[in-house]
Formats: sequence, C-alpha cells, structure tokens
Amino acid sequence: MIWNDLPTSAISALGGVFALLVIASAVSITLKQMRPDKNYLELRQRVRSWWLMIALVFAALLMGKGASTVFFAFLSFLALKEFLSIVPTRLTDRRVLLWLYLAIPIHYYWVYAEWYGMFIIFIPVYLFLFIPTRMLLVGETDGFIRSAASYHWAAMTTVFCLSHIAYLLVLPASVNPAGGAIGLVLYLLFLTQFNDVAQYIWGKTLGKRKIAPLISPNKTWGGFLGGLFTTMVAAALLAEHLTPLNWLEGLIAGAIIAPAGFIGDLTMSAVKRDLKIKDTSQLIPGHGGILDRLDSLIYASPLFFHYLYYLKY
Amino acid sequence: MSRVSRPLKLLFFVLLVRPLVLIVLGLNIVNRNKLPTQGPAIIAANHNSHLDTMVLMSLMPLRVLHKVRPVAAADYFLKNRWRAWFSLNAIGIIPLARRGRMDRETLFEGCRSALANGDILILFPEGSRGKAEQMQPLKRGLFHLASAEPDVPVIPVVMHGLGRALPKGDPILVPFNCDVAIGDPLPLSEDGKEFITAVEEAFQRQLNECLTWGNTGA
Repeated sequence: MIWNDLPTSAISALGGVFALLVIASAVSITLKQMRPDKNYLELRQRVRSWWLMIALVFAALLMGKGASTVFFAFLSFLALKEFLSIVPTRLTDRRVLLWLYLAIPIHYYWVYAEWYGMFIIFIPVYLFLFIPTRMLLVGETDGFIRSAASYHWAAMTTVFCLSHIAYLLVLPASVNPAGGAIGLVLYLLFLTQFNDVAQYIWGKTLGKRKIAPLISPNKTWGGFLGGLFTTMVAAALLAEHLTPLNWLEGLIAGAIIAPAGFIGDLTMSAVKRDLKIKDTSQLIPGHGGILDRLDSLIYASPLFFHYLYYLKY
Repeated sequence: MSRVSRPLKLLFFVLLVRPLVLIVLGLNIVNRNKLPTQGPAIIAANHNSHLDTMVLMSLMPLRVLHKVRPVAAADYFLKNRWRAWFSLNAIGIIPLARRGRMDRETLFEGCRSALANGDILILFPEGSRGKAEQMQPLKRGLFHLASAEPDVPVIPVVMHGLGRALPKGDPILVPFNCDVAIGDPLPLSEDGKEFITAVEEAFQRQLNECLTWGNTGA
C-alpha cells in the first residue's frame, strides 16, 4: 500500500472522481423517475460500468507499482485480444499471434524495471522485426504484408501506446511532489475521459457542422472545439495539483490531450467501419468493447507522456 | 447413466472452465435469454473445437449444470481409461457410437433416457469438428432423435472463433474473443432433408449475427 505517502491532492482527486460518479448516478436515477416512459437502460448500464471501471483502476493504483503494472498489462491483453478477434488474421498465423501475447509480459517488465531505453524500442523495433521473421517460419506468403502490418499495428496500439500510462507511474516521484506517482495517471485518465464526455455534451448542444461525415457522422466541429476548450481549462486548473507542470504548460497539455483523444476515437471508428461492426465486443455493458473505451487513450497517453517527459524528466 | 459426479463437475467448471472461457477467451453472446435452462431440451450447435462444449456448458446456470449432457463420440472420448473416466464423470458425456451398424433404437438409447430424465443435451449435427471455422454438411442423427422426441425443443446455437482459438489437431490454445448466437426453437418436419435444410439455414442466419464473423481470413 502506498496510502501513507499519497499526496493530499491525489486523495482529493480520487474523492472528486467519486463525487462525479455519485452525481452521474443521481442524474440517471432522477431521469428514470421523472420520465418513466423513456428507456434509460443504456445510460444506467453506462453509469454502472463507470463505477466498476473506476473502482478497478483506483484499487490497482492504490496497491502500488507491482499491482498497477499487472493491471495495465492485463488491460493490454484484453485490448490486444479484442483487436485480434475483430481484424482478419490468417489461421496459419496462430503461433505468431501467441508471440504477440507473450510480448505483453516482456514489455511490461521493462516498465516495472524502469528500463526506459528498452521500453521505448522493444515493440517499435524488436517486435516489429520479429513478427515477419516468425511469419517466415510459417511459410505462407498469401496476405503476408497485410497480416504483418495488422499484427504490428495491433501491438503498437494496444500494448505500446497504452503502456505509457503505466510508465507514468514509475517516473521519479521526487519531480512531482504535488501529485505523486498516481497524480500523473489520474490527470491523464481524467482529462481524456472528461474530454470524451465534454465533446459529447458540446456536440449535443451546439454541434452542427459535421467534422468527419464519412467516418463518424455524430462528430461535429462544435463538439470538438467545445471539448478542446473545456479540457484545456480543466487541464490548466488541475496541472499544479497533480503534475509538475505549471498552469500554462497544463493548458498546452490539454491542447494535446483533447485532439489526441479525438483522433484516437476517430481512428477506432474508421477501423470498425472498415470491418463493418458497431462495437468491438460486449465486454463493458453500455460502452461496448474495451477498445471502444480505450480508443482515445491510445493516442492521448504516448503524446502526453512524451510532452511531459521532454519538459520535466 | 448417472455416473456424473456433481461436485467434481461443479468444481471443474467453476475453477477451471469458467475462468478460462471468461478471461482467456471472452464471449460476445447474441440472444442469451433463448438458451434453454430447463430440460428436456436439445441444443444443436456447430462444431469446430473442443472448446465448443466448454463454452456452451459455461453459459449454463450452475444449478442445472449437472443436467447438461454433451453427446460425444464413443470412439474418441472413451479411447483410454483416463479420458473415459474424465469424460463420463467430470463432464457427463453421453457416448454415441459413430462407427458400426446398429439400429436407431440402440444408437439413441442413451440420449432418449437422458431426455426422459429431463436433461439438456448438447448435440453437434456436423458429427465431428472438421476444418477450423468451416461448416460441414449436417448428419441425419439430429432429425431421427428429434422425430422420436417430438415434444423436446431443438435450439440451434452457432459459435464462431473457437476454431481459431483451439482448432482440431493443434494442442496450443491462442486467446480470441468468440461469438455465441442462439436462435429460436426449430420447427419439426416430417421430411429429414427439409429439417436438415432448416437447421442449416438457421445456422447461417445466426452466423451473420456474430460480431467477429468474416474475420478468419480463410
């Protein structure tokens, strides 16, 4: 347990998120009672899933470095499995895919061991070169380039990109006395998810011009710009409490996280359109699959990480 | 026939099969409410992998688990003493002779007495697992059993992706999310050919409902 050396601002952040959850539950219960004729099942499922997801994340974060690393490795496993299940794979490549799964514990070991150099090249270089090598042993050339590309794309998004969240936890705590190790993770997770919600609400209220009609007809300029503005303000306000960034650097962090999350969301939408599916699985009631939930983090995590790393570490 | 050990079967499914199906695999289920939870009933499913039976049984409520009986090839599952002991006691299969000529009465004796006992049978009308993710022509056995028991509902179930996770002839399990699509009870027909066509059409319809359908790249 790292309860004792948890900075007060991190504890306040946990409390703040719980307060938001209570409000969300209250809204969904009130809506149901005020308009019993309407079906709010999806909203209620969504809120309930949020409770469970946040409880799991917080529990993992509070149990310390080892448990958190295992937790994020497990998230990568679920995301990789989901991706490999929706994307076409060749039956002959089953053993190749097994290596992709094996890459998860190896990669997260570099995180745990705080071996930054290895963490940053293992998947982009070594796994990238290894996948086609293992495929050569299979000997099947039909669909070779397409498969190799899909497999590496899968590992980059679901393992490499997501693991940046876990690496935030092992950055030297002395640099961030305000928020401690978990402050950075709370900052990133909160802003990314907050941006999703803000975009949605702005889009509903003043969204008119479609921003990417061919990929995701629900996304509007109003939603995007409203989300960007709200997220930047929130990022500036929270920065000094949870991160080593000052308010101006936090404002820029918000300007990175919001569009990154937006693009991550659109990218997964494009993948789903390509495969002609609506959700990536049924894992999370009311939300869809784990990729439907993590899509914005896939882009936001590495970009926020490297911005922060360049400035402060 | 009641050799099935209830505690053994329960332990095997709670400790091993259910975690495996939930974590290593992961299921997308269409129409879960249509799955029969009360016998007698026949579940007619497509067959690609040893995991098919495990997935179907893991969907059943634990209180009826001991009532769920997969109909399985005697020549394969009773091949040696250990496999036979495990199949009969921990899983509770109803062995069916695939080879050799014998009249229908004796062939389906085990199935019919289980149905009379209120059990839920799992039957694979393809007869064997076949090539990964490819449907084989259906055998007539399901028709004969269904005609002999006209009051027992036959529910078609299609699974997709398990042939990728653990295909025939490869002992290594690779994790994949899989689909299970459950359909409406099949109408009984006088004519065997007609009945089998109806089953095949139901399978095809349900396959189209599967989330990961079309991604095996075969």
